[in-house]
Amino acid sequence: MERQITLIALFAALIAVLGLVPKFTLASGIPITAQGMGIMLCGTVLGARRGALAVLLFLGLVALGLPLLAGGRGGLGVFAGPTVGFLIGWPIAAFVTGWITGQMRNTPVFLAALIASIIGGILVPYIPGILGMTAMLDMSLTQATVSMAPFIPGDLIKAGLAAALTASLYKARPASVLSRA
Amino acid sequence: MLTLTSDIRTPYHRLRAGVKLAALCVATVALFWLDSVPGMAAGLTAVAALYLVPGWRFLREGIALLKPVWFFVALVVVWHAVMGQTMAGLIIALRLIAAVALANLVTMTTRFDDLTDVVMWLLTPLRKLGANTAPLGFAIVLVVRFIPVLMDKAHKLIDAWRARSARRVGWQIALPITLIAIDDAEHVAEALRARGGLTPPQDP
Repeated sequence: MERQITLIALFAALIAVLGLVPKFTLASGIPITAQGMGIMLCGTVLGARRGALAVLLFLGLVALGLPLLAGGRGGLGVFAGPTVGFLIGWPIAAFVTGWITGQMRNTPVFLAALIASIIGGILVPYIPGILGMTAMLDMSLTQATVSMAPFIPGDLIKAGLAAALTASLYKARPASVLSRA
Repeated sequence: MLTLTSDIRTPYHRLRAGVKLAALCVATVALFWLDSVPGMAAGLTAVAALYLVPGWRFLREGIALLKPVWFFVALVVVWHAVMGQTMAGLIIALRLIAAVALANLVTMTTRFDDLTDVVMWLLTPLRKLGANTAPLGFAIVLVVRFIPVLMDKAHKLIDAWRARSARRVGWQIALPITLIAIDDAEHVAEALRARGGLTPPQDP
């Protein structure tokens, strides 16, 4: 139990630290950050349940007022803003990513983590994210979906990095990759 | 540790955190009921008035915190104007500003520890049911401590890279950073277990 809690806390901290990696902003405004990669890693390394808990812990600290979201955002205000759907999607994303990684035990780690990150870490958070934007900004579904397209290349790079990192971690510290343990 | 709490002392600091959170919930619901431009304008004026009670400097600080919202406000107004629904766009934009500003007001005037206490209080029913909620409080403290430690170790590794290589620091640095972090976490877990762990002592 102590080990699970420290690892969950560690990955919550890792999401926060990845948010400090310098961002590059695309024309559509929401910055591209490494934070999304942290969400994927929570799933691929910690597994479904613990990964989701790590993301929830991170979001809880953001809600309590720590400026941990990329760009130094935080506080209760972000949960009243138009990107709230993505925040809701993150714990689900970590859960699905972890679940898929766990299901593909017989696939090489890199491939399993890559597929899990693309489905769980990219597709899943966009569903509540887009629904949130249509609800908060009164846009049409297609409009909101189209406006997300420029983010996909960056997301694919993040999924590739998350998968590579998970595979190397599995080689160096197999016992710490709980999704496979 | 950096927080979003304002340095300016306000009357709101003295209110109980739970009261402020409850008021925030009620006010946000009310904002969705006011479904007209005059109604929303009145709502936003009320929020601005709340910010003005402590003074102009506090209001300016609040406006600075709204920075991430302006892009979406512009997007909504332009989009609805193009679609010929300028009024609807204005209502949504005003509501967005008011709702985010209200939530920020609670964040700016409430200490992190007080909010944590509210969370632990909200978990009381779970505790009554026999769940052990102490690990959550402990996990919060751990994250707050891990973040600066992780950043420090990351900086040291990046310095080590720069001292030895002419190439720019690449993404490969992420692996050793994560490895060090995981090893640290395992050590912390071991130390915790050695000191009795997080499970409450069982009656024999």
